[in-house]
Amino acid sequence: MISYFARRLLLLIPVFLGLSVVIFMIIHLVPGDPIDHILQIGSSPERKAALMAKYGFDQPLLVQYGIWLGKLVQGDLGDAIILKQPVSTLIAQNLPYSLALGSAALVFSTVIGVTIGALAAMAKDSFFDRALMGIILAGSTVPSFWLGLMMILIFAVELGWFPVSGAKNWQAMVLPVLTIGLGGIALVARVTRVAMLDAARQDFVLMLHAKGVSRREIYLRHILRHAMLPVVTLLGLKIGWILGGAVTIEFVFARPGLGSLLITSLNQRDYPVVQGCLLMLGIAVMLGTLLADIVQAAMDPRIRDRVS
Amino acid sequence: MRALAPLLKAARTLRGGPAALVLLALVFCAIFAPLLAPFPYDAMHLPSANMEPDAKHWMGTDEFGRDLFSRILYGARISLGVAVSSMAASVLIGVIIGGLAGYFGGWVDRTLMAISDMTWSFPEILIALVLIAIIGPGLGSTAVAITVGYFAQFARLTRAQIIALKGETYIEAARNLGASDAAILFRHLIPNAMTPVLVAGMLATGDAIILEATLGFFGLGAQPPLPSWGAIMSSGTAQIFIAPWVILYPGLVIAVAVVSINLFGDALIDALDIRGKLREG
Repeated sequence: MISYFARRLLLLIPVFLGLSVVIFMIIHLVPGDPIDHILQIGSSPERKAALMAKYGFDQPLLVQYGIWLGKLVQGDLGDAIILKQPVSTLIAQNLPYSLALGSAALVFSTVIGVTIGALAAMAKDSFFDRALMGIILAGSTVPSFWLGLMMILIFAVELGWFPVSGAKNWQAMVLPVLTIGLGGIALVARVTRVAMLDAARQDFVLMLHAKGVSRREIYLRHILRHAMLPVVTLLGLKIGWILGGAVTIEFVFARPGLGSLLITSLNQRDYPVVQGCLLMLGIAVMLGTLLADIVQAAMDPRIRDRVS
Repeated sequence: MRALAPLLKAARTLRGGPAALVLLALVFCAIFAPLLAPFPYDAMHLPSANMEPDAKHWMGTDEFGRDLFSRILYGARISLGVAVSSMAASVLIGVIIGGLAGYFGGWVDRTLMAISDMTWSFPEILIALVLIAIIGPGLGSTAVAITVGYFAQFARLTRAQIIALKGETYIEAARNLGASDAAILFRHLIPNAMTPVLVAGMLATGDAIILEATLGFFGLGAQPPLPSWGAIMSSGTAQIFIAPWVILYPGLVIAVAVVSINLFGDALIDALDIRGKLREG
């Protein structure tokens, strides 16, 4: 198990380097000199050269990347141009909000999604199964930001149950979690249902029936456990998607967080902040995949031996 | 005409029929928007700003007094146009990459699939935001973002098909008759591998519509005064308490479009009997 973990961790290094190159290049691929975004209009060429030297833009690209990566490893992401603060400080201020929202949404969609999926699988092809899956399918076809806005209109403006925006108390978290969670529920429920139906067709289930184990116990103790493997895989892969959802939803609910910071900075072209946020989100996606792989390997010994 | 048979079969089902009608209607609106729209999409009339839906303005007006119904009709052009054309580009790139990887195998396969897996492992919205950070906001970068965000799926699907087809007798026969690698891949293998990829592309168009709407809503897609379905809502958020219809109607149209695409795609999968093939890759 430990060697599996080590090998899996090593596999992340090329992905991380790839990610870092892409994010490093953002500032260089932007049309125009990166320094032009910092300079005021009408600055002298001398001032420009001085700034180029200060930020290291006069060095060869590879050297610049090396310096950038070296600082990155030490947690130095540069300074925000418009917000005038170290990017790492901005991220440290915003990250807890995103983590809280993301994990609450993940737990919410897993618990409800697995329950709905399991119920639907147990009542396969019944009216209940069809209705449930129909509603879930419809719920996953609207943009999540729109769902968020509709929630604001109904539950915050019309009914006044929850605050419209912000992150002052736990009530402010209910609508964002619901919005992100609904998409997640649709996904988790669908996969749980299919995985349980697949597991229910296997021989060991037939044997359990033959042994006289009750239907309820077969489903809850054996089939559900068997079906959790694809669900865990999916959840790991979708941590990134849930974070992606958080990006849009934070903005809609005007909550502080990495997503709001990213969208605002993109609109203001504050590139160091954009780089920092994208890097954090990319790392989160990578860690999510890693976590899913490890949980999977812990649940199923066959996977540990299969890794390439 | 043989290619039309599964489409007609899907359109005759209970799910596919209404969905096909809705999709045809949306395409009709997109094409004939200038004739159907009662007002130009950018005609401002401040005295009638934020008006509730009535007989003159069927879906109300926005903060500049522009007719929402007309903007949504023109929006169909932009939203569907961008989604469909960039998805077509994405399928094309995916098929070429997947085809080369599956046919040649070895280091070609490993290199191409490593690139495609790199995009596959990150959510489309993040890929889109990275690309927009580089290219800058606009419809062009939205199209690039959709193309890059989804091609991995088609590459994997094509690769799996090609690997399965490669060993068929008729490919061996073609090779023995002296056909070149290019001829075998592009004349024989890819055409036979296309069906599941095209269906997957059609289904992904629904996701592309949502991605376009999200970027437009953030102000990173279509720029004002152009009305894509997402961009219309972008200007509506500030007015959400006064004029909720500016948010409500575009979202409903998106939902109807995406549901129709999913239902028709699902009927098409059954008509072609390719549900198993779509899970490969």
